[in-house]
Amino acid sequence: MIHFGLHVSRAMFARVAFAACSRSAQCCTYVRSCSRTVFTLGPSRGAVLRSLSSDVFENLALEDWLHNNLDLSEEGHALLLWQNAPVVVMGRHQNPWKECNVGLLREKGIRLARRRSGGGTVYHDLGNLNITFFTSRKRYDRARNLQLVCSALKAVSPRLDVCATDRFDLLLNGDFKVSGTAAKLGRTSAYHHCTLLSNTDRRALSAVLKSPYQGISSNATRSVPSPVMNLTDQDPALSCELLITAIAQQYAHQYCLEPSIALLDPTDENTLPGIRSTTQEMLSWEWVFGKTPKFDVSVSLKVADAIVTLCMNVKNGIIDTCSLELPATWPYWEAGAELQSLLTGSRFCAGDAKLLSSSLLRSCPQTDGVQDRWRDLCEQVASLM
Amino acid sequence: MAALRGSFRLLSRLVCAHHYSTYSRGRLSRCVYLLNRPQLKICPHRYFRTTTVAAGQIVQFKLSDIGEGITEVTVREWYVKEGDTVSQFDSICEVQSDKASVTITSRYDGVIKKLYYSVDDTAFVGKPLVDIETDAVKDGILEEDVVETPAVSHEEHTHQEIKGQKTLATPAVRRLAMENNIKLSEVVGSGRDGRILKEDILNYLSKQTGAILPPTPEIVPPPPRPTPAAPQPHDKAPLKPTPVSVKPVFTGKDRTEPLKGFQKAMVKTMTAALKIPHFGYCDEVDLTRLVQLRQELKSLSESRGVKLSYMPFFIKAASLGLLHFPILNASVDESCQNITYKASHNIGLAMDTQQGLIVPNVKNVQLLSVFDIAAELNRLQALGASGQLGTNDLTGGTFTVSNIGSIGGTYAKAVILPPEVAIGALGKIQVLPRFNERGDVVKAHLMNVSWSADHRIIDGATMSRFSNLWKSYLENPAAMLMDLK
Repeated sequence: MIHFGLHVSRAMFARVAFAACSRSAQCCTYVRSCSRTVFTLGPSRGAVLRSLSSDVFENLALEDWLHNNLDLSEEGHALLLWQNAPVVVMGRHQNPWKECNVGLLREKGIRLARRRSGGGTVYHDLGNLNITFFTSRKRYDRARNLQLVCSALKAVSPRLDVCATDRFDLLLNGDFKVSGTAAKLGRTSAYHHCTLLSNTDRRALSAVLKSPYQGISSNATRSVPSPVMNLTDQDPALSCELLITAIAQQYAHQYCLEPSIALLDPTDENTLPGIRSTTQEMLSWEWVFGKTPKFDVSVSLKVADAIVTLCMNVKNGIIDTCSLELPATWPYWEAGAELQSLLTGSRFCAGDAKLLSSSLLRSCPQTDGVQDRWRDLCEQVASLM
Repeated sequence: MAALRGSFRLLSRLVCAHHYSTYSRGRLSRCVYLLNRPQLKICPHRYFRTTTVAAGQIVQFKLSDIGEGITEVTVREWYVKEGDTVSQFDSICEVQSDKASVTITSRYDGVIKKLYYSVDDTAFVGKPLVDIETDAVKDGILEEDVVETPAVSHEEHTHQEIKGQKTLATPAVRRLAMENNIKLSEVVGSGRDGRILKEDILNYLSKQTGAILPPTPEIVPPPPRPTPAAPQPHDKAPLKPTPVSVKPVFTGKDRTEPLKGFQKAMVKTMTAALKIPHFGYCDEVDLTRLVQLRQELKSLSESRGVKLSYMPFFIKAASLGLLHFPILNASVDESCQNITYKASHNIGLAMDTQQGLIVPNVKNVQLLSVFDIAAELNRLQALGASGQLGTNDLTGGTFTVSNIGSIGGTYAKAVILPPEVAIGALGKIQVLPRFNERGDVVKAHLMNVSWSADHRIIDGATMSRFSNLWKSYLENPAAMLMDLK
């Protein structure tokens, strides 16, 4: 859990954090309640926070915890700065199979996460900075937040041509997107978060955000692809560390806070009670895939010289109905109903489909290439997921 | 009033019975019919005044302003359905507008009566989103005596309007109060905004009657026994404590659900396996020398980045045995007319994962060294744990070994996995005393193996000879070295 190139122990980090906080009592206070240390805002009603973790699920859980637990009364507000190891993060109501190459992600060991806010799919790695602005519902203002980011950038790189669009993106040199936005609104509190591309691996980005899956029809939110650029392409000094300092300073200046960053450990159940179960929820299959809005898959698969049509209706990530049409000349034809029955009610997941079809292939006659045909068909079905 | 309400059912029967004697036969059947309808609390022909059993008030909950001039949103997910009870601030649905996901929460307590939109519909700000039947009384619309209304369709909708007072409580709490003849106005609410909670009703009851309350039955401790030194007159019976015992009530219910996915696959495989006449053959293997050998080789293997267990040895020994008894690595067709002797030794191993039993196999064991097999097992285990086993890994097996002993057990009767013809189940390795050649008692590491084979093509003698050969390789690993290809 040591990140950002700083090779110090976590204990020391925490001590630094405490020291920073005790020096400036106005920044934030740790309140003891029932022998637990719970994080709250102090008299200044504002804080600049940074996550100690680069695990996307821990960070999303942290963001969720702050949204639900920060007391934003009396104009309370906070800024959270965080980074993730390579991961694809999609919006709350998106379909991962339409947005990215799920199979490639699995192969390369790149994780897939679903956040709580809306918006499109993005690729994060340690060359990307995530910024979350927590405010009350009344004070929710995305334009004001992005203006703050632009001011911070211009303060460290005066000649930088960066501006916000009416879709709340940040464009560099008028053409290239360096930041995308999403938001979550609750009853009394809200947050607006955005990315900031400092030095992201653009090749990996474009490779994973391309979906190869055909035949999917759904009403899920679609991402709007845009050409992107790294800030370091324009000004090599704009590393993530520099951006963090610049934005924290700008925020502290704008809201009259002490210029110090409080470090939060998203695995600390004492300071952030309940965060562990949120982390578990964020990495569960039921959240990442199960929350996909219902969709249909309709494909014609070419196996040897035959065409097989497959239609599936998927709800909550589970195949609700499945219909497989095999040509009359297909060998071991009766297994078609068997495959259909196995798929119905199981998860729309390549791993599961392979396991199920392996049991079907056991009973397949092993002569005349029958098994090969069936194996080819099963592989193609699994590759749809 | 509460007492009147509480005995409503009794009164309804009495009143209808009165009608029974007064009216004609035709009317009688109708009255009986009314009696039998359990959901009706009031018989329409009643003539006495009661206080209210009015239906709750239905409020149209409109979609409030999202901000930023947004007029329409897309409904993405409902957290409630018609008939659900909600409390104030519970989440009702999730809507999306322009990159923002918004959670809409309820402003009222009550029951959801109608959802105005389906998922993926466009909802409009200012227009109704849901109808909620509330039970909270609003100032200004109180009525002292409300004339009874005809049939109430559901018991849950009984609603109390108490003269001049506003009491906040959910329908379930109100019913509990009514069943126990409690006036809500006399109960102090400990919830938000003075809301009366279930615990408040139970506390009130316990104060009133000192009764043992559900759901936490209190066991009254027995009074202390009198000390033996105390003088006791003869006619007084000795004090015997009578503990109050409460029988726990079992509220579990049977649950039926259809078989899905992996269970269905297992059913299919095992049903096919049932057609094979199995015979079993068991033996004990002395692994003392193998245990020592593995101990010596473990660090060498780990230095190459591979975890070494006993399985690679078991698998390699099986392959060496199959070279001498190829019929155990064969397959018969459906009609049992032809037998195919498989050239490759693709030895499967049973793996226990979250989804259940899966059997990936190591391909061409006849070509692999023990270390190669160990590396391959590591790879398959990692893939199996993350649910990423490929079709190739899962199909094409010719012989299977199941290490059930890693979980526990000594003997097992494994089921052959078609289209194979044999399977071995390995028990756990136990340290037991045995006699050596000199007649001394020594410590021996012993494992039991249980083979199952298809008796249509394999006879006991073949299985026994194969088992002896396999056993000899493991009991004397140096012999394996002699025959290694």
